[in-house]
Amino acid sequence: MKILYFAWIRSKVGHSEETVDLPDHVSTVKDLLDWLRERGPQHAEALQDTSVVRVAVNEEYASLDAPVAAGDEVALFPPVTGG
Amino acid sequence: MIRVQEDDFDVGAEIDGLVAGNHGVGAVVTFIGLVRGINSDESIADMTLEHYPGMTEKMLDRIETEAMKRWPLSASLIIHRYGQLAPGDRIVLVITASAHRQAAFEASEFLVDWLKTKAPFWKQEETPDGARWVTARSSDDAAAARWAKEPPDR
Repeated sequence: MKILYFAWIRSKVGHSEETVDLPDHVSTVKDLLDWLRERGPQHAEALQDTSVVRVAVNEEYASLDAPVAAGDEVALFPPVTGG
Repeated sequence: MIRVQEDDFDVGAEIDGLVAGNHGVGAVVTFIGLVRGINSDESIADMTLEHYPGMTEKMLDRIETEAMKRWPLSASLIIHRYGQLAPGDRIVLVITASAHRQAAFEASEFLVDWLKTKAPFWKQEETPDGARWVTARSSDDAAAARWAKEPPDR
């Protein structure tokens, strides 16, 4: 799975993308966030407050209970501030 | 039409290009968003706009399609810039054209309200105290929500 990070979530994680092998128990966005937080203190800090983390799966906004699979591109970012 | 680009745009040329030859158009509304030099009482030296290439275009396309469904528009154009910008620089251009003004005015407000809450852009401002990420405003969510016919994507 390819994971992309944007804005301050990218700054806190320390890089803009990574490719990960999903363990079997990760089947939803929520599972993925829980698992990513265990990858290290930077991930844990960047993703600690889910109220300010937006998720897109394959370029579509996704909720915490949305399914994720190995071939997906998942992006994690703060609430958008364009315009 | 939508465009996501680093370069500035020529407002007059974009309007002319959009409505040229279309004599059914009786009203054109233009919205231009600019970089402010002061935000939350701090002076802004410059701003960097980051986006999610691919999803950005997809969301802008979808927002424009929704406006076309809701109002009888003859044409519309959204241009959104990314990269480094200075106070006074243009960030976004939204043009709506229709036979009569009401549709053009309403669709323009709708497009700006929706793109502010759905298009994946993030602003980082350079202030005297250092760089800071702009946080989303609840007033923008409220502005977008008043157009809701479908639940927001978030």
